[in-house]
Amino acid sequence: MIAALESVEVDYPRGRALGPFSLAIEAGEIVALVGPSGCGKSTAMRLLAGLEAPSRGDVTRMPERGETAVVFQAPTLAPWLSARANAALPLELAGTRRALALTRADRALARVGLAGAETARPAQLSGGMAMRVSLARALVTEPKLLLLDEPFAALDEITRRALADDVLNLWADTRPAIAFVTHNVEEAVYMATRVVVMTRGPGRIAGEIAVAGPLPRPPGFRTTGVFRHHVEAVSHLLADGMVA
Amino acid sequence: MTRLARALAPFVLIALLMAAWEVACRALAVPVYFLPPPSAVAQALAGDWAGLLRSAWNTLSMALVALLVASLLAQALALVVALSPILERAVRPLAVVLQVTPVVAIAPLVLIWAGLDHAGRAIVGLAAVVAFFPIFSGAVTGLKATDPDLERLFDLYGASPLQRLVRLRLPSAVPYLLEGHKVAAGLAVIGAVVAEFVAGSGGAQGLAWRILEAGNRLQTAKMFAALVVLGLLGALLHAVLEAAERVGLRWWRGR
Repeated sequence: MIAALESVEVDYPRGRALGPFSLAIEAGEIVALVGPSGCGKSTAMRLLAGLEAPSRGDVTRMPERGETAVVFQAPTLAPWLSARANAALPLELAGTRRALALTRADRALARVGLAGAETARPAQLSGGMAMRVSLARALVTEPKLLLLDEPFAALDEITRRALADDVLNLWADTRPAIAFVTHNVEEAVYMATRVVVMTRGPGRIAGEIAVAGPLPRPPGFRTTGVFRHHVEAVSHLLADGMVA
Repeated sequence: MTRLARALAPFVLIALLMAAWEVACRALAVPVYFLPPPSAVAQALAGDWAGLLRSAWNTLSMALVALLVASLLAQALALVVALSPILERAVRPLAVVLQVTPVVAIAPLVLIWAGLDHAGRAIVGLAAVVAFFPIFSGAVTGLKATDPDLERLFDLYGASPLQRLVRLRLPSAVPYLLEGHKVAAGLAVIGAVVAEFVAGSGGAQGLAWRILEAGNRLQTAKMFAALVVLGLLGALLHAVLEAAERVGLRWWRGR
């Protein structure tokens, strides 16, 4: 087990945001969190990242500092830094020597297909490229737990699909545990080994579906019966969760 | 054609207005002390351009010194305030009161403190007071205008307060600082001119002093000449600062 939430509840001044909610992320698995807007998906991610503490319940996190990485909905890059310096930031904050940090940042950028764009500033990159820099920054510390909070929500469909395949290919290298939030049922089924469906807020678990099939996905996976079947099952759970 | 027309449009308007002004002055036989025609203003400009330039430099240099002083003070204080929320709460109301107090109103006081023999110091001081606030509030806003997700990222990797300041908050403040300096420079000139008026002919010999002097002698064309130089100075400063902001932003975000 990499990280676990046990019967956590999160209360904000305006009311309960999440829970009671339990979720354990196992090593090497890819968990998709799906649910209606405002169900507390992002709150669950912040709990898993250790960025927020629950009002009640327990959070267990195995990774040490620097072994958890987060990719946000927006690329969240520092505009004044080059792609390389942005990707090197986590290492530099941890006190890694600058030269080494930059070398490893270049390697991370190459892994996400951005070799040659090291000196570009975020303003010079397309939305998809900026997201890749964000991904490189997350990968540069070789995290054990990678958290993606609606990472592709702002991108067009083609870029989205390309990035989904890229994330799966990157996952295949080192097999970190991944938890990601999405609104998109097809994306959840395509990328995850397990889809967790949440109810309307404050979110509880409406159900879970284990997704079969090889990872990374072979071409044409989206047209297979298995894929369609899982998408339908998740959609049903989502619909049930809306009325629950 | 349209580009040329667009570039020429303001000059054409100015020429038309001046022509109308000239014709009106002559046709209505307006006394020269009341409203001199543009030709008289041009004569006044040509007759004393060296003196006017000297005065312009006088005003400008005092405004620039004031800008420098204001910039250093405002940024230092903003840094202290941004690092301590309680201090910010303490300083804010005071800063607002000082900011909304018209500079003319405190000018006589500053003149007394600077010493009547040191009108230059008083002018620099007053111009610095007006130039202080845009830089100060820009810096305070900028230091707090960090992307919340970037803040979370710094939390995630356990950044120290110093790392957060140097690697996140200071760079985030740069666009706000550029904007603040642009506004402050314009205000510094206004502050210098106002202070010169209050100081009178005490010692400073800037453009405002020229306007006062010429006014006292009813040399209205000379007043206009000094006004024209002041207007050009303002426009020039504005253009330089716009360019500086553009260059600064391009450096900051790489395009």
